[in-house]
Formats: sequence, structure tokens, C-alpha cells
Amino acid sequence: MKTQYPHIGLVAVQGDFALHGRMLDRLGVSWRLVRQVAQVEEMDGLILPGGESTTMLKFFSEEGLGPAIRRFAEQGKAVFGTCAGAILLAREVLNPPQPSLGLLDISIERNAYGRQIDSSVQQGECPELSSEPLEMVFIRAPIIRRVGDNVRVLGRAQDLPVLVEQGNILAATFHPELTEDETIHRHFLKKVEELHSSNTPERG
Amino acid sequence: MWEYDQPMKLKVGLAEMLKGGVIMDVTTAEQAKIAEDAGACAVMALERVPADIRKEGGVARMASVKIIKEIMAAVSIPVMAKARIGHFAEAQVLESIGVDYVDESEVLTPADEEHHIHKWPFKAPFVCGARNLGEALRRIGEGAAMIRTKGEAGSGNIVEAVRHLRAITGEIRQLTTLREEELMAKAKELGAPYDLVQWVSQNGKLPVPNFSAGGIATPADASLVMQLGAEAVFVGSGIFKSSDPAKRAKAIVRATTHYNEPAVVAECCEGLGEAMPGIDVAKLEPKQLLQTRGW
Repeated sequence: MKTQYPHIGLVAVQGDFALHGRMLDRLGVSWRLVRQVAQVEEMDGLILPGGESTTMLKFFSEEGLGPAIRRFAEQGKAVFGTCAGAILLAREVLNPPQPSLGLLDISIERNAYGRQIDSSVQQGECPELSSEPLEMVFIRAPIIRRVGDNVRVLGRAQDLPVLVEQGNILAATFHPELTEDETIHRHFLKKVEELHSSNTPERG
Repeated sequence: MWEYDQPMKLKVGLAEMLKGGVIMDVTTAEQAKIAEDAGACAVMALERVPADIRKEGGVARMASVKIIKEIMAAVSIPVMAKARIGHFAEAQVLESIGVDYVDESEVLTPADEEHHIHKWPFKAPFVCGARNLGEALRRIGEGAAMIRTKGEAGSGNIVEAVRHLRAITGEIRQLTTLREEELMAKAKELGAPYDLVQWVSQNGKLPVPNFSAGGIATPADASLVMQLGAEAVFVGSGIFKSSDPAKRAKAIVRATTHYNEPAVVAECCEGLGEAMPGIDVAKLEPKQLLQTRGW
């Protein structure tokens, strides 16, 4: 039984899912770790954390988590990916090419800034979400090389799109969970709320 | 009190991304590829795996630059490499070729018996081994962005990894029960920087991720250290000294993710072939121990 709404699932194959949990704790939202297919369905929103996309892909294909997340998204529920999570959501992955969930119409290049010594903290702009510049942490981050017609760019840093949205799917190439800034997670929770009420009006 | 500066945030950031994963020792590009295909979240490049260093003896140094570069070219996951304790020039070389994490490691022959590398000026992050809280905090004080319990590398025996993990988590718990005025005496006893002792006392954990290493050879070993509080797992000789490395690598990755689901760990343990041969650590001479290198 769900005691609290909304329930956010953190896909916890590997990576920094605990930091997303810390952020949700600060926002007073309940969450649980999701490692099995049956758990996916019980959630109102899902977060795919940062980590290694190649590692997570193994579990997605071999334990059925990938198809379960795709079904979840196809029901119109909100999914948010950061860094590796964004790579997993993309339609096309480059450097090297690898399979993905294909839920977000972008092409994304892995490790596109270089190696760890090229990781950086940047100031980016998300004009629709915040009038102030946001601190954005890029760790061996990908770069979005192509943005589909139905994809909205919500955030940019150094002229590159870094936060994008297509319907119920949200993806960041940086790690808001590594900072104290709640802007991006608040935006995601608002989406969860909106999609939830439009999907199940009787629960309001 | 101890605080992250911005470069430290990036260094710790990568360690955060590795949590819940398995970092595997590899000596060739081919092994690195096997590790990546099995789901490793990073690989550690070294000249010889610890079991061979133990057997063959001699001076163990940083791996050859050529091989590290081949490994970096072969895989898309982070590549770590080991430098000798105190050998800051090896660390500089590793940083300059773009290694993602430098392991200042007791598995290699120490270059300096008094001083560890001053790690703050480096842009590359460092991981260091520790057997107890004092040692962990000294390394963090020098700029390490990740701690791994030392265990006893190349032994195939989990007992030392368990000892070190229990020591660190137990000492952390004890610190949280102390009163403010008791912390300086504790810092003196631990031989650890006061500001870090204060930080751990208030937060009940290390300020950087704490992984486990040194003796993990089976999926159940990985589950054990994860349940004892390790945030990720290093597997050294355990994979490529076993009879079926690809299969064992995959099983350890799966068991690390599902560490608290015994039924899944059981599946991981099935049909793996022979684990690496183990050593009774209690029968080793003090000078044969790798964990006592560094302080």
C-alpha cells in the first residue's frame, strides 16, 4: 500500500541514486530504490541516476528492467535521467554507439568533454525555471548533439543544450543531485504531479 | 570544519558515480574489454595482478604507459591506474595521460616509507587504502577523494577486508557518540586531522565514498562487504585468476547490485567454476603482508 503520494522510484542498479534520494528527502517526497521489474509499476515517477550507462544497460537488457521502464514511460508517467540516465533515455547514442531506451528524440555523445580531468563545474541558464544562473556539475559528461523537433531545450551551458524535455521525459547531462540547488528536481516533481492528475483524474 | 572545495566536488563526484558498482583489475586491453562487457563500472590498470606480485616478488611499479593507453582506448568506462605510495612522479605521469582515478596503492612497492603523495594539487582524483579510521582520515587530509579498505590483496581471503571495514564503520559509530570536548583527544588518538574528526562525528560517515578491496573472490564476498557498509567493490586477482573470468565478473557485478537479496546472490554463485586459490593470511610472515605498507 502506498502511504504517501507521490512515490518516486530511483533506479538503483548502480550509480549516484542515493544523492537523488537525499535531494527528495530535502523536498519532503517519499522514494524507494527500484531494482526489480515488479517495483517499476508501483511508482508515480522514475529517476535514472548518474553512473555508468554500460553497467546499467546490462541489467536493463538481462533482467527486463529496460522494457519495464519503457512501458512505464509509454503510460505517460514522468521519467527523469541525469548524465548516464540521459544517455539511457536517448534515441541515439554515439562514442561508441550503444543500445538505449529510445524514449527521448536526441542524439547524445558519451564522454564528449573528455576524461575525468576535463570534468567541470559550470554556470548554466534555465530561463523557464530560474531567473538566476544554476551551478551545473559535469562529470565525464555527454553532449547532446541533435535535438528532435518535439524536444524542448530548457537549459543551456556554454551554448550547448544540457537540460531537455519531451512530454513526460526529462533529461540533464549534468548532476543537479550533486549540488544543493533544488530547481531541477522541483520541476520534475511538478511534472509528476501534472501527469498524475491528467492520467487519473478521479484521484485529483 | 572540513569543507569540499570545487575541485574536490568533481573528484568525489566521479566516486559517487561508481557507487554500487564493481571496479576490476586488468593487465591488458583484452581483459579490460571482458570487464566492461561483464558490467564493470571502471577498470584498474596494473602491471601484474596482486596474486602474481605476491608470487613473483620483485619491485612492483606503475603499469606501462603503453598498456594503460591501450586500455583507455579499448573501453568507454573510467580507467584507474596504480601509483606507488609516495611516488608523486608516477602519479603525475598517470594524470598527464588522462587516467580518471589514481590509486596510491600498497599493492605496489612503496617509493616513500614516510610520506604519502600530497594529493590536493592534482587535478586527477586519488583513491587510497585504509585499515582503520585514522588511516582513512589521514589520506583524506592529504586530498584523497575515495577510500577503499585495504583488505589483503591477492589473498583471495575476505577476512582482512571484513576486519578493515568493521574497524572503520565501528570507529565512525563511536565518534558520533562523543561530546564536542572529547574530539581533540580522539583526534590525537587516531592520529587524524581535527577538522575531519569533527566532520565525521557530526555526519556519521566519511566525507568521501568508502569502497572495499583486498580479497573479494566470490559473489557472496561482494554481498558481504556491501552489507557491511561498503559503497562499491574492487576485485583484483579474484576475476582473472579464476577459471572462467567473464562469467565470474558478471556474477560479481550482479551480486553487488542485488547484495541484499540472497536468492539473487545464490543464482550468481551457481556454476562459476573454480575461484582463485586462497591464502590463509594468518600463516603469512609479517613482511609478506601488503596491508602494512603505508600508514
